[in-house]
Amino acid sequence: MTTPPKGNGYLVRDRVWQPDAYTPAYKTSVTRAPAKALLSFPTSLGEQTGPVFGHDMLGPRDNDLILNYAKPGEMALGPRIIVKGHVLDQYGRGVAGTLLEFWQANAGGRYRHKNEGYLAPLDPNFGGCGRTITDENGAYEFRTVQPGPYPWPNGMADWRPAHIHFSLMGHAFAQRLITQMYFEGDPMIWQCPIVGSIDTRAAVESLVASLDMTETLPMDARVYTFDMVLRGRRQTFFENRWEGL
Amino acid sequence: MVQKHILLKESPSQTAGPYVHIGCTPNFAGITGVYPADLGAQMKTGKVKGTPIEIIGQVIDGTGTPLRDAMLEIWQADADGLFNATNETRGDADPNFTGWGRCATDMQDGMFRFQTVKPGRVPFIDGRLQAPHVTFWIVARGINVGLHTRMYFPDEDAANADDPVLSRIEHATRRPTLIASQNGEGRLRFDIVLQGENETVFFDM
Repeated sequence: MTTPPKGNGYLVRDRVWQPDAYTPAYKTSVTRAPAKALLSFPTSLGEQTGPVFGHDMLGPRDNDLILNYAKPGEMALGPRIIVKGHVLDQYGRGVAGTLLEFWQANAGGRYRHKNEGYLAPLDPNFGGCGRTITDENGAYEFRTVQPGPYPWPNGMADWRPAHIHFSLMGHAFAQRLITQMYFEGDPMIWQCPIVGSIDTRAAVESLVASLDMTETLPMDARVYTFDMVLRGRRQTFFENRWEGL
Repeated sequence: MVQKHILLKESPSQTAGPYVHIGCTPNFAGITGVYPADLGAQMKTGKVKGTPIEIIGQVIDGTGTPLRDAMLEIWQADADGLFNATNETRGDADPNFTGWGRCATDMQDGMFRFQTVKPGRVPFIDGRLQAPHVTFWIVARGINVGLHTRMYFPDEDAANADDPVLSRIEHATRRPTLIASQNGEGRLRFDIVLQGENETVFFDM
């Protein structure tokens, strides 16, 4: 005896809007892209649940990349910015209490990582990682320095546009997402094979943060606004009610 | 003209890149002193109910080479089949078991390792019980959208045969790609093949 399927699963991921797996201009994808069709099925409990992180796990400087790796009394070098925005679901509702992790190169375009091969110098006061948890409205903010663009081993003239990586936990494993934020006006965005894994111009534009001078902190930091959208959970009166009320 | 249907688009995914460790496992990457520990490194916060298991494996590309820069996350029910999640409504999960693990593959040999417990059975959306399984999510340089899959257990033939997701796989020859192999007492090996002959079945759900 089985009960009818519930109608309140997560909305289907739009695989046209999302990048393809196989994008040969981004060379590493060639041998790492599944070649066979994905298996489709509706989200069930395991996909509709996810781990929970409380605000109490955060340290006071977790959302301040200018200070969280700096020696006492020192700061990271580079153009000071605040990145802020909301995490929304597809219905436009704020996703409250969700963990965001972010990482980036320093202002010279250099990552603090053993596999990094760019000759630009490390900043001894910059680690490059931060995290925060959205508030009850899905809002978040953090302070950092604007990362630099950098060359990477793909084509010999390939440079990544300046970007910040984001990892979003969401409320459910089905919402799990890693993406990148780009900066308004950067001409490198449109030259990048990783950005180019996204086919739709509007989809690329949805990853470009806008400069918001009205919220600028005087003599301190400019503000970039960046909203992110996670999959929505379907709401229907027809959930699990096939046999009447 | 028709009415405009207003629904936001999910943010497009972008690769986690080669430096995912900086953001997700900074201590593993040698960035110490920012967070006390890497999230997901421990799935057990005390005495945990159930059978302890270790899951090991590699993520293998289309040339047969293990990825040494991937990051995996797993999500699973506790030994009683309950999730440690706010929207778990069927009961209280084991408070000492998070159900969520995160592991970067080793930078030399590409191995990942999770210390966890064997999960209980969880109902599918139509009420049928699923076979015990662990959900996997894989990101890495060269992977544009994180890959979802599941690991099932080799000692659950009957449950696996009736599992609603396994039995949804059209080509039965591909079902074994989701079943781990026993690798010593209490240890399971689950290799994830991104491409090629034994390509793992990945999900769109």
